[in-house]
Amino acid sequence: MDEAVIFLSRLQFALTNIFHYFYPPFSIGLGVFLVITEGLYLKTKNSVWLQITRFWTKVFALTFTIGVATGIPMEFQFGTNWAAYSRYVGDVFGSALAAEGIFAFFLESGFLAILVFGSGKVSRKFHYFSTIMVCLGAHFSAVWIVVANSWMQTPAGFEIVMGPNGMRAEITDFWSMVFNPSSVIRLMHVITGCWLAGSFFVMSVSAWYILKKKHLPFAESSMKVALIFALVVSLSQVFISGDLSGKSVHKYQPSKFAAMEGHWKSGSPADMVLFGYIDKEKGETIGPKIPGLTSWLIDRDAELPVKGLDSIPVNERPPLQITFQSYHLMISIGVLLILLSASGCFLWWRGKLFDSKYLLWIFVFSVLLPVFANTAGWITAEVGRQPWIVYGLMRTAEGVSPTLSQSQLYFSNILFFLLYLSLFAVFVYVLDRKIKHGPDPADESEPIVKLPVKLREILNFRKDKI
Amino acid sequence: MDLNTIWFILIIIILTGYAILDGFDFGVGIIHLLNKSDEDRRLSINSIGPLWDGNEVWLVVGGGALFAAFPEVYATVFSGFYNAFIILLVMLLFRGVAIEFRSKSPLPKWRKFWDVCFSLGSLGASLIFGIALGNLARGVPLDSNKNITSGFADLLNPYSLLVGLTAVSLLTLHGAIYLVMKTEGETQKNISRHIKKMIFVFIFLYAVTTISTFIYQPHLLDVFKKNFWLGIIPLASLLLVLNIPREIHFGREFLAFLSSSGTIALLIGLVAVGIFPNIVQSFPDPQNSLNIYNSASTKSTLTTMLIIACIGAPLVISYTSVVYWIFRGKVKLDENSY
Repeated sequence: MDEAVIFLSRLQFALTNIFHYFYPPFSIGLGVFLVITEGLYLKTKNSVWLQITRFWTKVFALTFTIGVATGIPMEFQFGTNWAAYSRYVGDVFGSALAAEGIFAFFLESGFLAILVFGSGKVSRKFHYFSTIMVCLGAHFSAVWIVVANSWMQTPAGFEIVMGPNGMRAEITDFWSMVFNPSSVIRLMHVITGCWLAGSFFVMSVSAWYILKKKHLPFAESSMKVALIFALVVSLSQVFISGDLSGKSVHKYQPSKFAAMEGHWKSGSPADMVLFGYIDKEKGETIGPKIPGLTSWLIDRDAELPVKGLDSIPVNERPPLQITFQSYHLMISIGVLLILLSASGCFLWWRGKLFDSKYLLWIFVFSVLLPVFANTAGWITAEVGRQPWIVYGLMRTAEGVSPTLSQSQLYFSNILFFLLYLSLFAVFVYVLDRKIKHGPDPADESEPIVKLPVKLREILNFRKDKI
Repeated sequence: MDLNTIWFILIIIILTGYAILDGFDFGVGIIHLLNKSDEDRRLSINSIGPLWDGNEVWLVVGGGALFAAFPEVYATVFSGFYNAFIILLVMLLFRGVAIEFRSKSPLPKWRKFWDVCFSLGSLGASLIFGIALGNLARGVPLDSNKNITSGFADLLNPYSLLVGLTAVSLLTLHGAIYLVMKTEGETQKNISRHIKKMIFVFIFLYAVTTISTFIYQPHLLDVFKKNFWLGIIPLASLLLVLNIPREIHFGREFLAFLSSSGTIALLIGLVAVGIFPNIVQSFPDPQNSLNIYNSASTKSTLTTMLIIACIGAPLVISYTSVVYWIFRGKVKLDENSY
């Protein structure tokens, strides 16, 4: 097989996925945000919530459309570039993709129409029902795509037998395929990552309005909801789903785990490398370490021996530096997000959040952090799985389409790259206009009630008290 | 009837659903530039605004179902038609984002740019789908490893190009009927003026395609010679085509729309019946063909998928109907519109 064809196919999959994955986390995160704010509107009839819901619905629709448009090439890339893979695992893997279409996309796109265009045509309650369905649909699509990907990480529920045209994986148990060892944990981790992207997006725009002293009731209320959400989610992201993911990778994908942690010596406890780099020549990882902390995190035992890179044959190791660095980037951002949302909540508690310019400016740019963390996380997961396309079962190099030529791949790589890049530029331009334009003025017929400034007041906030 | 046959039929149904539904918004796209004023163009885009996204899901589901049920076909077709498929994806992508982006700025140049993207994307995608259908009907060269051995240029053979053009003319007509159904006043009159020409062009191409099929693709007719009753499909198809000008004449746009939908369904049905039980016919080495047995997943996967389809289909049908019901009637511009 032509090395260049393999490399270019991998490059194309990586590039298109990285560009694509910029959008869905925003839709999934904003979906939850919309369910909260429209729910608050129906409950309190405070029209600031309606204003918030309307504004973010438009942003949601924008990210959703580009997510769909950039996502369609993803589904077909298994066929175009990874035909050998598709033939080998289609019996097991294909049904997850089909289920995604049937259970998630129809739900999402159908009710999105009502969410975006239907507010004058259906009752408020039905509109809210549609919002919930769209949010649910967005989450279902995450479910099935993560199930499919988790099967590639920790394959289960199949056997290798002779098919009509050669050896292939055939399903033995659908539910063990769906609930393969890493599905649920990875799903939690992916979804909390999406929620963070959504909440920091809201906070970023709101902080900017507050700094510019525009749309204040709108921005302050959005900020408050998103801040509480971000605090809860960022804590659970690191301490629950992150913790579980680490343990699961350690258990099922030791070569990925060793590369992520930069752990070399088998049989010795694993140290936590705070930052640094992997020196492949010397076979060690350079950087400040906390002895035994990684071992302790796995099993609450600092002496626990962990399999190291030295016992993994060179041709079964993933690219070490990329796996190590992207993993560390993800973790650092995860911790940073907790610090940011905690300091935001603290200042809010003291009633000073909307006066602290520095923190608000940090929030304006902080929307990039979850985007980087989500991307770095996926790079860790996918690069760390190499050289396997299905862990331990099929090598990536064996999965590529046998009919492709270099020129075809140069053509498609350049085309997709230019296209996705320009789409991204247009997205930023359109979003920028939308943000500068701001929310439409709230409905005058219903009162806007400003929420209390302090967090502790909001906890026993009731409209009739004001 | 075995599971493999059921899945062959289901996939044809999904693809037919896709062709009818996304077909009308392709058609609206192809004739988009016939609308001269900005308001007419907004009306045209908003007539499909809430619906096109859901229509495109049919393609995604069709792709997923093909992958799950006939992975060999999925792998062979998409890797073998690589360049054509990449171009198709780019077209689909462009027309999708064009719909969303167009309204986001009032600058005439901006709007014109996205109008052209929307129209060309729709035209190109329809043409490629049509060419693909033509190639499936005609057969493609497969080697013993089930890989397509022909290049991009071979796809553009005269017969497939003819089917491609026929498909474009049919979807143009289909979209125009839809737009007439959804608009009123001057906008409607402007589109109605072109419908007669479209019918004429389509019937002409349809006739030429039929004759060339008789002359150059006689293998497609074998099944009809053996089972005379199947002749009802081409007959019904002919009647439906002729019914379109009749319904238009009496101003019954909805019935005309149903007729053009039926024409699309029968056109795909004809090809499906003609190639069955093959899915990708190998030409000139028929023994290498991918049929519903040698390309299929295991019985267990086909059964699981059938269960998924039985749970999913009623849900899909119910929310699709709800959405089409809510957005029924003539399209009006309001604050939520594009």
